Amino acid sequence: MNYSGILLQLFQDTLVVLVAPLLLGWVNQCRAWLQNRSGAGVLQPYRNLVKLFHKDAVLANNASPLFRFTPYILFACMWLAASLVPVVATDLPLSPAVDVIVLVGIFALARVFISLAAMDIGTSFGTLGARREMLVGFLAEPALLMVFFTASMISHSTSLSTIVETLAHKQFVIYPSLAFASVAFVMVLLAENARIPVDNPSTHLELTMIHEAMILEYSARHLALVEWSSALKLLAYTTIGFALFAPWGIAESGNWGGLPLALAALFAKLLAAGAGLALLETVSAKMRIFRVPEFMGTAFLLAVLGLLIHFLLGS
Amino acid sequence: MPASLPIDWVIGVIGYWLLIGLAGLVLQRTPRLITTLLFPAGALGALIMAIVALGALGQAPNIAVLPLGLPDLPFHLRLDSLSAFFLLLLGAAGIGISVYSAGYFRKMEGNTLGLLCFEYHVFLAAMALVFLADDAYLFMVAWETMALSSYFLVTTDHNVPEIRRAGFLYLLIAHVGAIAILMCFGVMQGGHGDYTFATMRQGHLTTFWASVTFLLALFGFGAKAGILPLHVWLPEAHPAAPSPVSALMSGIMLKTAIYGILRVTFDLLDMQLWWWGALALTLGLVTALFGVMFAAVQTDMKRLLAYSSIENIGIILVGIGLAIIFHAFHKDALAALALTATLYHALNHAFMKGLLFLGTGSVLHATGERNLGKLGGLIHRMPKLALLVLVGVLAIAGLPPLNGFVSEWLLLQAFLLSPGLPHPYLNMLIPIAAAALALAAALAGYVMVKFYGIIFLGQPREEKPGKQVHDIGIMERLGLTWLALGCILLGIFPVFFILHIDYVTQMLVGQTLGGTAAQTGWMWLTPIQPERASYSPLILFLIIIVGVVFTMQVVKKFYHGRLRRGPAWDCGFPEQTARMQDTAEGFGQPIRQIFELFFGIIREVPSPFDKKPHYHGETRDLFWDWCYVPIARFTEKLSALIGKLQHGRIHVYLLYSFVTLLALLAFIR
Repeated sequence: MNYSGILLQLFQDTLVVLVAPLLLGWVNQCRAWLQNRSGAGVLQPYRNLVKLFHKDAVLANNASPLFRFTPYILFACMWLAASLVPVVATDLPLSPAVDVIVLVGIFALARVFISLAAMDIGTSFGTLGARREMLVGFLAEPALLMVFFTASMISHSTSLSTIVETLAHKQFVIYPSLAFASVAFVMVLLAENARIPVDNPSTHLELTMIHEAMILEYSARHLALVEWSSALKLLAYTTIGFALFAPWGIAESGNWGGLPLALAALFAKLLAAGAGLALLETVSAKMRIFRVPEFMGTAFLLAVLGLLIHFLLGS
Repeated sequence: MPASLPIDWVIGVIGYWLLIGLAGLVLQRTPRLITTLLFPAGALGALIMAIVALGALGQAPNIAVLPLGLPDLPFHLRLDSLSAFFLLLLGAAGIGISVYSAGYFRKMEGNTLGLLCFEYHVFLAAMALVFLADDAYLFMVAWETMALSSYFLVTTDHNVPEIRRAGFLYLLIAHVGAIAILMCFGVMQGGHGDYTFATMRQGHLTTFWASVTFLLALFGFGAKAGILPLHVWLPEAHPAAPSPVSALMSGIMLKTAIYGILRVTFDLLDMQLWWWGALALTLGLVTALFGVMFAAVQTDMKRLLAYSSIENIGIILVGIGLAIIFHAFHKDALAALALTATLYHALNHAFMKGLLFLGTGSVLHATGERNLGKLGGLIHRMPKLALLVLVGVLAIAGLPPLNGFVSEWLLLQAFLLSPGLPHPYLNMLIPIAAAALALAAALAGYVMVKFYGIIFLGQPREEKPGKQVHDIGIMERLGLTWLALGCILLGIFPVFFILHIDYVTQMLVGQTLGGTAAQTGWMWLTPIQPERASYSPLILFLIIIVGVVFTMQVVKKFYHGRLRRGPAWDCGFPEQTARMQDTAEGFGQPIRQIFELFFGIIREVPSPFDKKPHYHGETRDLFWDWCYVPIARFTEKLSALIGKLQHGRIHVYLLYSFVTLLALLAFIR
């Protein structure tokens, strides 16, 4: 194993963990602009994190060690997921350890832990949130897997690095299967990151909240870690989207020379994606919770349809 | 004296178990001896069995003929790689369950305990004999002994009417299955009258008769495994049986059926048709989805696990179906991959389900409650148990880096590699099957969050005054730790185990996975080529740990570790009681609503003016109404018709005899 590769991996790890709140800030800022507000600025998530880290943690009386431990597991999982996606370069030393199926597994691991933690205190909101989160998750997870399958059928590999390299070289070829997959992926992204129309990250209204209901009991550093991992998750999903559907500009095979271009491309894509996400959230309304299974079912069926089309048309 | 063969050791262990069982009968007066001596001794036997079986994998088949049984019909025994693998499964999971039993049965009455010890060890011996049998005669004897001994184990608490009923249902379906297996062997012997497996291997059947054999085997073994629609006994029998018995039945006995299907399909039959695979695949998927859906709406923790077993058997059957399809199209490398996933999942399931069933046993002992709606908060009172069960829960939910994920990963890889099958319908079936499998796997996560969250987390839903809840004892802890350790090791070092499974796939489809799976070192699991797919659970595990520790240290170093305790916030809601948490029904509600079509839901909602309102909700297994009730009605009608012949008057019977005589005279002239 070469040192350059390890350095590049460390660079990417640091990059994602630092950039993640920025993406969140950008999305919020865009939303504010679209809603004719001035907004808190793109750096607001960082200020929130610093504030939360300085506070004393308050733990509910009957919180178990599982509850205290979960934010760390969540953070580690999301950090790992975000740093495994080829964000700026492919063929990083860690990429062979984890392929797309494992990536889905890591997201599932985080989801199970946060749901268990939500049930730990035994409040009405916690269990409600956990139940809804698992409801969204059990349809989102196979949909995401099917999206990945479609991409890996095209590139004959489940390794994200290879997928990116294959797709980056086949420029501007439109695959019908990938078109279906991309729609499904956007729906999964919205659901998994607790965005409108599935969930609303800025509400504490009991009828609608999912993610916020689960983390109600967290405070201070625990809450900071949970928030930070949500930001990392959003970044991971966005960059997965880039890897599958817009892989251009990435530095291939641990190449330092391509890094400036890759970074520029990444930030340009993030800017565009953040604005797009904000637009999507602004023009759509929050769904009733009973409609969420339909929404997720549609995503799942679209993803399966993409895969089926690939099988029928041949590669 | 010639060096003793592995098969001699295995026979020795079987005899040893039978002796322990007899000793249990003798020592009925001293229950302490049974739990402190006999069950650990049985665990020792299981350990020897596991070691011998591990050594026997990959060796040339050992054959032995025992002069037992009927005159001229000796018992033929054979230990090959397939038998050895399943004996390994039996031994490895058996160690944990036997050790646990030593602690679990401590409080039992002497009389029942002696009998239980006898049945338990006969059950173990019979299962080992099933794996070892090399003729249909011994196979059926062992199979029936297994069914009977487990029947008596299930009905340990035979004074409860429901348990007797559950036992009867189990016995009934076991025997319907046994008839099909018997007929399957009858077809395979092909009129020679020779029931040894050696003759069956050499025999050649036409396509039609081979298909009949396969279908009979699928039905017969399917009844034991719990394949739809023959699954109804599982959710009845498992809650009835004592927990270690449930663990044995679910962890190991269901695998005897998998063994049987593999033995008949890949070893005894000399052809495999692709539509057998498609049938098995479809059945497996339907079983997996139904199993997991029903698991999500259960309120009894052991019923929930029983339905989860049905799901896992479905996943195993999917693997078998894929392997048959690939083998039929001569893609043996892929068949080896699918088969490895199948066998790996069978081994995984023995560990995880053993662990979970034993865990429910401890919960049951501590609280006396099987109903999820009355449990909760046990993580505070039984922290050790909670930790061990958490391992099993994460494993069975198919989460990395534990073992359940490895087999699902392998199976999904097999799906991904399948395009290009020379059959258009199959090419359409495969992606849909992959999607359904992914859905079942994701639902398993839902089920397990419900299982763990409701039992161990939150606040106790019902306080029982005067009932002190203790954590598990040392023997229970040892047994559970063994199984949990198995789950972790199987998850983190898959390549080692796959290298051993290779001997089985070599024997069944003539290809192995290990050569390619380990090509880039033992840390990396690469089923085909490294650039196609690779997975390193060890690295993943280490990264997660490093990430957690690093984050903790950084947070502590740069900020502070100050912590206060206070009442739960809950959005400022002032009054909170334990009854406000989700119940088991509540947690299953979304699933019930989404898949309403597949459940038979009965709801009784009282009127708002009712002074003493009584709510009743029930989720019925539709197969009862679709399948079993019509059959039962038909049988009753038929017997009513036949009953008309019976009058109890002697002259009518004389008339029957007279008519029969006349008829016979008319025919035989």
